[in-house]
Amino acid sequence: MRPTGLLLILIGLMMMTSCSQGVDRSRGVYMLLDTSGTYTAELKKAQTIINYLLGTLQPGDTLAVGRIDTGSFSEKDIVAKVRFDPRPSVANNQKRSFQQTIEQFVTTVKGSNYTDISGGLLQACEYLNEAGAGQKYILIFSDLQEELAKGYVRDVPFQLSGFNVIALNVTKLRDDIRDPKKYLDRVEKWRGKTEQGGGNWRVINDLERLESIFAH
Amino acid sequence: MAHILSITPIPLLSGILWLVLLLLAMYFARKPFHRSMASFGRIIYNAMRLAASSVKLAEKRIQIRNQEVLMTAGLELAERKVEREFDRISDAVRRDLEGYPKVQRMLSEDLLKLEEDYQKSAEIPQTLPDWVKVIDAIANIKPTGDRMVVNMLEEIHQTLNEQHKAAVERHRRDVAERHSILSRMLPFWRNVKKTLGGVEKSISNLNQRSKKIDRYMDNYEKTLNQSETAARQLSSSSLTQFFISGVVLAVAVVGAMINFNLVALPMSEMVGGNSYIGNFKTSDVAGMFIVSLEIVLGFFVMDALRITRLFSIIGSMEDNKRKTIFWVLFSFLFILACVESSLAFMRDRIAADMEALRQSLAGIDTSQTVTSNIPTYGQMIMGFILPFILTFVAIPFESFVSSSRTVLGLLAAFALRILAFVLRLLGNLGFYISRLIINAYDLAIVPALWLEGVIIQKRSQAKDTEDSRDQIDREARERRRRAEKNAQQKEATE
Repeated sequence: MRPTGLLLILIGLMMMTSCSQGVDRSRGVYMLLDTSGTYTAELKKAQTIINYLLGTLQPGDTLAVGRIDTGSFSEKDIVAKVRFDPRPSVANNQKRSFQQTIEQFVTTVKGSNYTDISGGLLQACEYLNEAGAGQKYILIFSDLQEELAKGYVRDVPFQLSGFNVIALNVTKLRDDIRDPKKYLDRVEKWRGKTEQGGGNWRVINDLERLESIFAH
Repeated sequence: MAHILSITPIPLLSGILWLVLLLLAMYFARKPFHRSMASFGRIIYNAMRLAASSVKLAEKRIQIRNQEVLMTAGLELAERKVEREFDRISDAVRRDLEGYPKVQRMLSEDLLKLEEDYQKSAEIPQTLPDWVKVIDAIANIKPTGDRMVVNMLEEIHQTLNEQHKAAVERHRRDVAERHSILSRMLPFWRNVKKTLGGVEKSISNLNQRSKKIDRYMDNYEKTLNQSETAARQLSSSSLTQFFISGVVLAVAVVGAMINFNLVALPMSEMVGGNSYIGNFKTSDVAGMFIVSLEIVLGFFVMDALRITRLFSIIGSMEDNKRKTIFWVLFSFLFILACVESSLAFMRDRIAADMEALRQSLAGIDTSQTVTSNIPTYGQMIMGFILPFILTFVAIPFESFVSSSRTVLGLLAAFALRILAFVLRLLGNLGFYISRLIINAYDLAIVPALWLEGVIIQKRSQAKDTEDSRDQIDREARERRRRAEKNAQQKEATE
């Protein structure tokens, strides 16, 4: 075979691969942190997860961290957000800055009286849709025990098509230890809500296996 | 199944009935089945034989083509060798002939000086005056006792002694002078010897090269005549080349991968780390492009130097143009090497920054980390050197491509040979399987065939009995006729 033939094959391969361009591979991650009641004590673990995410996400990806409090459906509840620059050196600086913001938040956060998970979820959907990420992940760092304040209505159906909703560190409450069905029902309720909205639901309680967040 | 066995109230009977019917059907279809199976077997056999002969023909064609490729490659190689030797001879002759007038002048000068010295050394020393002989004769006269004569003779003796001393002195001086002339000649002799030695060396060198050319020409002629020995040598040589160049190319691929790793990460700083071309990151493609570009430039450089002949158009250019192209390509390669060296430096910085961030995220104190500049320098040097090393990939690549033509041809011929054998085997298998099926069919309807045999035998027995009865009747009639005839003859005689 002549070298020109080889070059033509290479060019052909390049053209074939370039034809398949257009798939958005960027990842968008929105992490919801439960800051209600005693769960605030778990936030150190959440910080570890955020550090893992900072180490894993690549230039062009999006990361946001929002808190779950009495009324979570608000931009004010977004603790930190960033879209990493395509240049790795700039992205590294953004990650450092993000890490510091989270550090500060974890040390100064105060517990809220109520837990508006649905509001946080709606906020996350809205944010990730606006960010236009190719793969969308919502991480819920919570015990999944929702308590809405009086007057807050959250019977809105979720639009979670294309979203991966992952519950992290779903701790067992005192009642759950007595009656595990409550825990299972709670998890099942959120699974149902997510899947009805068209999303994928997963639970990761073992924080040593964080790599499975992006495994699917 | 149950339905089939329910045609009579007893399933066994139904089964037997079906079996009998089946045997009957098979018996009546026996001859058409035999004919069709035999035809089928024959068709497979013929078709496969035809296909095998066609494949065999293709194999022959490939073998001829292989031979041609091999011979062409051999001729090209021999031509290259002869051409190279002629170039060397041309260089040697040019070099020696250029220096020849100088050598000749040196020799002439040396010889002139030698001649002059010889002439100088050949000058005969002045002889003693003639009258010395006369005086010598007088001096030899025996003394008579006369005082005056004695005095005169003493005077003569003294004069003679003085003359002798002076002559000896002069002779010594002359000899010393001649020796000094001769010793001055020594470097000229040596010079002449050295010059002649150089000439001899050049001539013997030329002689050796001409012998080498003779050998190459012999090989060339053998190849041209497509001799069996040449074909065997070339075939084994191209197989060796194929494997060796394959191994070298594999090493080069590893080098290219290392090179790629040096440039891929820093390229993301330039083209962004989040864009993709197909399934590949743009930065990776850009890195691969740079490495490929270096390799391609290497191909062109090697062609411009006439080391390889991948692009014949470059090799056949005029020398001036070729040299210009070489320097242009070399400049590009140098620039790329510098760029790659810078990228390697940048890569080291980015990698260090990433590692620091990773450690910071993992909660490790980074202030205690010992840093060294040696890896940075190492990467920069590698980044600079690797493009030049990759330039030489062109040589094994050319060998690989040229030898792969032969090797692929041999493999194709072998595959076709195997295919032809398999086709022939299938043809024979088809033929004998059809015969096997025919025999198996007959075996299945053995009861019917046995019955047929019995019936035929009975019929033939009956026929035989009838025939023998007819024979007996015929004989009785004959005997009666003869008896009647005899009686009539007897009556007539009486």
